[in-house]
Amino acid sequence: MEREAAIEFTGVSMKRGEQEVLKGVTGYFPKGKITTLVGPSGAGKSTLLKLCNGLLSPNTGEILVLGKNVEEWEPVELRTRASMALQSAPMISGTVEENLTLPYALQGAEVDVEKMRKVIQEVGLDPDYLQRDSRDLSGGQRQKVSIARTLLMEPEILLLDEITSALDRVSRQEVEELIAHIHKTFGTTIIWITHNLEQAERIGHYTWVMIDGQLIEQGESSLLNESTDPAVQQFVRGINL
Amino acid sequence: MTYGTLALTLIFVLIPLVLSKTLRLDLERDTLIATVRSIVQLIAIGYILKFVFDSESFIYILLMVALMIVAATLNVRKKGKSIPGITWKVAVTLIFVEVLTQGILIGFSITPATPQYVIPISGMVIGNSMVLAILFLNRFTSEIESHEDQIELILSLGGTPKQAIHTRLIQAIKTSMIPTIESQKTMGLVQLPGMMSGQIIAGADSIQAVQFQLLIVFLILTTAAVTSIAQGFLSYPTLFNERYQLLQEGRTR
Repeated sequence: MEREAAIEFTGVSMKRGEQEVLKGVTGYFPKGKITTLVGPSGAGKSTLLKLCNGLLSPNTGEILVLGKNVEEWEPVELRTRASMALQSAPMISGTVEENLTLPYALQGAEVDVEKMRKVIQEVGLDPDYLQRDSRDLSGGQRQKVSIARTLLMEPEILLLDEITSALDRVSRQEVEELIAHIHKTFGTTIIWITHNLEQAERIGHYTWVMIDGQLIEQGESSLLNESTDPAVQQFVRGINL
Repeated sequence: MTYGTLALTLIFVLIPLVLSKTLRLDLERDTLIATVRSIVQLIAIGYILKFVFDSESFIYILLMVALMIVAATLNVRKKGKSIPGITWKVAVTLIFVEVLTQGILIGFSITPATPQYVIPISGMVIGNSMVLAILFLNRFTSEIESHEDQIELILSLGGTPKQAIHTRLIQAIKTSMIPTIESQKTMGLVQLPGMMSGQIIAGADSIQAVQFQLLIVFLILTTAAVTSIAQGFLSYPTLFNERYQLLQEGRTR
């Protein structure tokens, strides 16, 4: 069954120096769904995510975000509608509140304090955290603040780059539950890079499998166990060993 | 000083040569090359300066200053290869600093517009500007490399290149200026500046020597500030493209 696409790739290739990191990628991310992006390190997943909000541009091919060519979007508007949480959850020096209000400060706008308190609670942190120094946060807390920061922008698309890879089991589970909650509450389209295939199956509705810059397979998350593609089977076996 | 006494100063070259040989430091060749080069270069510049001072021609002053700017630019560009168009950015900065400082000095009649004043002061201004530009570029490129995730964060949250680079730029400007400010704090306590010492040895009144040294100290403060800031604001826009993407060699179009 054909679904409405939030983001669509057609023949997208990209080089970094002499290395071709993406090779003719054609596929789509369904609107209002959680799509997980899996594949070995160096498969081009992070590059692909950065193409979605215009942090990078492809060498060839076309990318449509919410029906509009990514090159035609005004960069600031695109990045506020397709918002990204980075793997390292970088923070600016200052309090949690200063980090949360950063997207608004960049636009010279004021943030609704009540909304900020609500969002910090949504991600499972007490509002007392607002006055904490961002340097005092644990890895899990940083990721939660990073997600809260993107949520405050009320994006239509949430791009998550391995946000749980550096977390312990408890924090990972909390972040997973948070993402499921966000999706359920706001109906946000979520594209999530993960190395954890169990996580991909558990939380994702749809999956892309990328190997060596190519999109090998896309479909329902169950494909990870049901795929007949030898490359996908080999990748899944390698991870599960 | 007679040529005979000047020849005696070679004892100060002999000491490191003997030490190098005895301790097998293997620095004899480099020491000899440095000695010969400094003798040839300084004697040559001495005769060139004598010719320019005697001629009192504006064209020769201009040529000397242009030569200094070209040499300084070529030296700085090696350190900033990763920044597109670094050559003209450095050249524009050095020309601007030179015009600004000489404009104030001559415009307010602080120093006369003669080769004896313009050339040595220009040498000090351009030389310091060159060192500052190198310090700034070193610091700026390492700031970008070590904080790339923060720059990317601000861009990904809808920030402009200027917003994304602002903290890194200010940090690089401050860091490159600190050595100038710190060395000026201890001036006269820890070290007597070279120019002032030279004047005193040559028999000038020590108070007059101090006055000229103060002029140079203040001049160098302006040079440091203007060089770092001009380099920063000329350099950062070329690190991004019109799509607000941070450019890296071969990373984006």
